[in-house]
Amino acid sequence: MADIWLQFLLTIDATLRVSTPLILCAMAGIFSERSGIIDISLEGKMLLSAFAAASVAALSGSPWLGLGAAILVSMIFSLLHGFACITHRGNQVISGLAINILASGLTVTLGIALFAQGGQTPYLSSAQRFSAIPLPFADTMRQVPIIGTIYAEIISGHNLLVWLALLSVFVTSIVLYRTRFGLRLRATGEKPEAVDTAGISVTRIRYQAVLIAGLLCGIAGAYLSIAHGAGFVREMTAGKGYIALAAMIFGHWRPVPALMACLMFGFLEALAARLQGVDILFLGPIPTDLILVLPYVLTVVLLAGFIGRATPPKAIGQPYVKER
Amino acid sequence: MTQNPSSAKSNTKLPFAISMSGINKHFGLVHANRNIDLDIYRGDIHGIVGENGAGKSTLVSILYGFYTADSGTISLNGTSHHYNSTADAIAAGIGMVHQHFMLVPNFSVLENIVLGHEGGVNLTTSMTKARQMLEDLSQRFGLNVDLDAKVADLPVSLQQRVEILKALFRNASILILDEPTGVLTPQETDQLFVILRILKDQGVTILLITHKLREIMAVTDRISVMRDGAIVAHLNTAETCAEDIAHLMVGRPVLVEKQWHQCDRGEAVVKVSDLSLNGSDNEANPILSPLDFEVHAGEIFGIAGVAGNGQSELLELLAGIIPPSGGSIDYHGQRIDAKTPASPLDIKSLGVAHVPEDRHASGIILPFSAAENTILGYEDAATSGRWNMFTSPALIHERCSGLMQDFDVRPPNPHLKSSLFSGGNQQKLVLAREMSARPSILLVGQPTRGVDIGAIEFIHHQLIAMRDAGCAIILVSVELDEIMSLSDRIMVMNNGKKMGILNRDEAEVKHIGLLMAGVK
Repeated sequence: MADIWLQFLLTIDATLRVSTPLILCAMAGIFSERSGIIDISLEGKMLLSAFAAASVAALSGSPWLGLGAAILVSMIFSLLHGFACITHRGNQVISGLAINILASGLTVTLGIALFAQGGQTPYLSSAQRFSAIPLPFADTMRQVPIIGTIYAEIISGHNLLVWLALLSVFVTSIVLYRTRFGLRLRATGEKPEAVDTAGISVTRIRYQAVLIAGLLCGIAGAYLSIAHGAGFVREMTAGKGYIALAAMIFGHWRPVPALMACLMFGFLEALAARLQGVDILFLGPIPTDLILVLPYVLTVVLLAGFIGRATPPKAIGQPYVKER
Repeated sequence: MTQNPSSAKSNTKLPFAISMSGINKHFGLVHANRNIDLDIYRGDIHGIVGENGAGKSTLVSILYGFYTADSGTISLNGTSHHYNSTADAIAAGIGMVHQHFMLVPNFSVLENIVLGHEGGVNLTTSMTKARQMLEDLSQRFGLNVDLDAKVADLPVSLQQRVEILKALFRNASILILDEPTGVLTPQETDQLFVILRILKDQGVTILLITHKLREIMAVTDRISVMRDGAIVAHLNTAETCAEDIAHLMVGRPVLVEKQWHQCDRGEAVVKVSDLSLNGSDNEANPILSPLDFEVHAGEIFGIAGVAGNGQSELLELLAGIIPPSGGSIDYHGQRIDAKTPASPLDIKSLGVAHVPEDRHASGIILPFSAAENTILGYEDAATSGRWNMFTSPALIHERCSGLMQDFDVRPPNPHLKSSLFSGGNQQKLVLAREMSARPSILLVGQPTRGVDIGAIEFIHHQLIAMRDAGCAIILVSVELDEIMSLSDRIMVMNNGKKMGILNRDEAEVKHIGLLMAGVK
């Protein structure tokens, strides 16, 4: 019994860790898409910033510099996306796609050029990474049944960026619904003409939105390579950007529901890892591939109609042009 | 005819609320505003009239900072202003109610009003402050709106009120209204005028942009008439009449002749019974509740209603563009219902022609030449060869030239790209195409939307002639005047329901207005 309880706790713990990049990316997506800019380049920006974080951390030895580099790179690509879609009114999906393709090639090419390790970055020591922060009394608390084990296994022992991800949901919520900027942002995604005639620049709001998306996406990338992992591996995002996008849609472009969706996807992934090699009655061991594919299958099923009608912001995907 | 307003009134010592001089604006080759000089008294209701494309919207957009003029100066209350953005204009005390409301549909009334004028980063505090202010404002001006209602749930007349409140909340002392009555019933229009007079009494200067002469005569103190980008006359409303203004707008005398005359109608060729259409959330919110009516050969059956009350959908149903959810349509004894829907092509083969409401969306293809557009849907008329496989450019052009002559399309050049024709001429092309098939039933939506007065006369004349030739015409229009002047019978719709069918002689504006508002 105690063993099952522990397994359960460890799965939940893993869920949090796996969900972190999804949460950050989903919040990034919310900022961008609520302003009317589709952002499928979450995937590419995350990959680029993961590479930037690992490279800078490896070369400088500081995870903080790595994080800074990740954010900077991600924001630069956000600006590129903004320049294409806002200033030049380009197709937002195409621009995002281009960034994703660019990211996938650029990271490997630069990786080989810099480190000559087949596109990977060197293994990072714990000093070069954001390491787990054990909360006070974690070990003592472990003796207390249930509450103590929850504290020790789930709440304690996460790195800084996990906390940052959870904080980002709270902050996104406040910014979106309780501030002037949030009101303008939401209005821009719904009816940019109304914002423009109220004397506010639609272009400015949209640039601000994509830059915030870049910031959050950069943190997500850094998490992958210098907090959760210990170095950059080619294609290490493995579709997480798209899953975050799915979670955001599943959560109807709202921070807290999107968080829940991210946790659900994260839970599936964590469960998949746990279930590897486990025997199911009469059926024998579950094939690993089948488990690994589960979150992706679920994404397809959910997006194909399970979530009902998700109404996106009305002006999403449409470049804003003044009449005439 | 042109009078100098400064000599007309004695309070010349007050600075003008608005004084524009030498305003010019070009859009590419189009000279949209030419040397506009305009002075507007403080506390006046000043009307600007003109046909579509006369430059009214451009002029007020410049005043509102949406566009920057190429040259010219603007001064407000005696101080010269040079602004480059809407924000500057708002700060200078100008508010505008746009023709298409600038409201975020899924925001509350309060959120919409506060947007852009929050007064602080923290939304919660700004909302509380704004609520207080708005309660005072709505009391002072008699503008009652539920601040917590979602804008999308409000009727258009209340949305318009929100727009006015939005301007007042920003301390506007000058209020511009662009075609404010287009979406209102006659009663709602009267209510709006009551509000405008209250605003005037409180010292607000009002600039009213419209093409409806009756309204401008009813509510304004002074009028400026625009034609081809220039102001052709400044008038005192009390000293002029609708005919004179129409003359100035068009540049030639307009005969307000009665085109309608008695005509014997034939048998019923269109029978609609229990026709219904479900909304997107299925049966909970029907777009059309079961409708019954008949239309006879040789009559014009007008369908009146405020835009968005199901008339557009009814027309699309009749044309076969969308299938009905229930009930049936019967053309010459051919039954069409939910089980046996008919495509637009099937319906066309029954002798039905359709002039769609939105000519740019579904009437013509703008980048195509006029000739190509006049053949759309009637390709067989210009094919040759053994199996009618090839279209003949010569035939197409010849056909188009003929139609252009019959319908007085200018310039009569079949090769010209359709987007280069004026709205009126584009509409004539569509009408020419559809009428050329000599239909026995004609469905017409908004035949004169965005069309100049000259073309309106012509189009109305054509419709009457078709009717006299024995065609059954179903006419949908949001212009009540148009419906009332052309129709033999009028059906009024509200919220997808038939409110009643009136004979021409018993149709009265007030009664129809009430029906349009859903009051039986």
